[in-house]
Amino acid sequence: MEIAGKVRTAREMGLVACARCTRVWPRGTARCTRCGHKLQSRDRLALQKVWAWWVVGLMCYIPANMYPMLRTRMLATTSEDTIIAGAVELAHHGSYGIALVILVASVLIPVGKFLIIAGLAFSVRHGSALSPERRHQLYELVEYIGRWSMIDVFVVAILSSLVQLGTLAAIQPGIASLFFALSVIFTMLSAQSFDSRLIFDADPPVEPPLPGLSALPPVAHEADTSPESPGPRRPRDLTERPTP
Amino acid sequence: MAPSDLTEQDLQDLIACPTCDAVYHIVPPEKGQRAVCARCHTVLIAPRKRAGEQLIAIALSIVILVVAATLFPFLSINVGGLGHAASVLDAALAFSSSPLLVVLSLAVTAVIIFVPVLRALLLIYVLTPIVRDRPPADHAIRAFRLSEALRPWSMAEIFAIGCAVALVKIADLAQVHLGPAFWMFSALMVLVVLQDSFMCRYTVWKSLEK
Repeated sequence: MEIAGKVRTAREMGLVACARCTRVWPRGTARCTRCGHKLQSRDRLALQKVWAWWVVGLMCYIPANMYPMLRTRMLATTSEDTIIAGAVELAHHGSYGIALVILVASVLIPVGKFLIIAGLAFSVRHGSALSPERRHQLYELVEYIGRWSMIDVFVVAILSSLVQLGTLAAIQPGIASLFFALSVIFTMLSAQSFDSRLIFDADPPVEPPLPGLSALPPVAHEADTSPESPGPRRPRDLTERPTP
Repeated sequence: MAPSDLTEQDLQDLIACPTCDAVYHIVPPEKGQRAVCARCHTVLIAPRKRAGEQLIAIALSIVILVVAATLFPFLSINVGGLGHAASVLDAALAFSSSPLLVVLSLAVTAVIIFVPVLRALLLIYVLTPIVRDRPPADHAIRAFRLSEALRPWSMAEIFAIGCAVALVKIADLAQVHLGPAFWMFSALMVLVVLQDSFMCRYTVWKSLEK
């Protein structure tokens, strides 16, 4: 946590940052002149939006597991499988590997996403045992894997368009595929609504309360820094790292 | 409380991390280097030599590949003399059999065909004038903003992985042939990843700034 003492946020400097194009503006500016994005130092409604999408996503995830995902017809027998029943059946037939992949992709990852988003939103209000860096990593993880859950829906689409062999065999998509897709979309919206800057705000302040802005040195030019100004109050120079 | 001691020029020399709000002086990195946020490691600036031309080339290839992939056969299946072939469009429209699932068909068509093509076209529109050192095109800012907003909803590469999973599932039930469109989608996956890693959003926004 040695960095936190030196890093200053736009909010602390009385500025507001554009989350889309990284431009900085004086606090109170309504829109970013560079990219036109709406400026908000912190999205006050962020947590409400997160929870709203989260609840809708969870509501869709329940029917996604109760209704059949695929309707498979082989000659005269028709079977309708939910996600979990399908995986269990595969395991019975000895395909433990595929069964495990399906369980991880369709059960473990979605449930994990719900838990992580809920945990992050909860920690902003009530603090957390995890460091902000760790929570930020979890947030990145959820943002990254969120879209990949759509894979299940695509597999259903490919299987049911491909396996159309007349009387021999046919696969039809089940109603659960709709609920599963909706659940993925709502979870993505929930994660997108989360204002990740809140993670770092929840950190207890490292420095004492800041003086008025007029007491601060100009930040832009190295030469302008007056000698009595404390070093850590200036924004850090951007760290440069060669591409690995 | 307006920060009166910060001039417009001062603000231009600052950059804020979009993920954690940390503010830095801009020290433009060399081409090929990356500037990352010290706190959350978000890549802030990552300029590359001739990135504009490369991105336009990639975007053009994406448009051509997606359009061609929807026309050519994608996968075909063969069991005991009975065969069936499916195109990407068939897969996208697989849900249209039941009225309730039509919405899902539209959504799948959008995320695997329309959104990737639209993003590529928007990128070509925004980057072409910049690369040729001309003033930005009309509404270029809006176009780039839209392209950025659509980024999470472009799922062509996820569809390609979905194919692999589907193949594993039916491999022991039937003989599956891969059509040309399958390889096009595999190439598309690589291009989409390259597109995201070549793009320095800071450089694009900077050149769109009036």
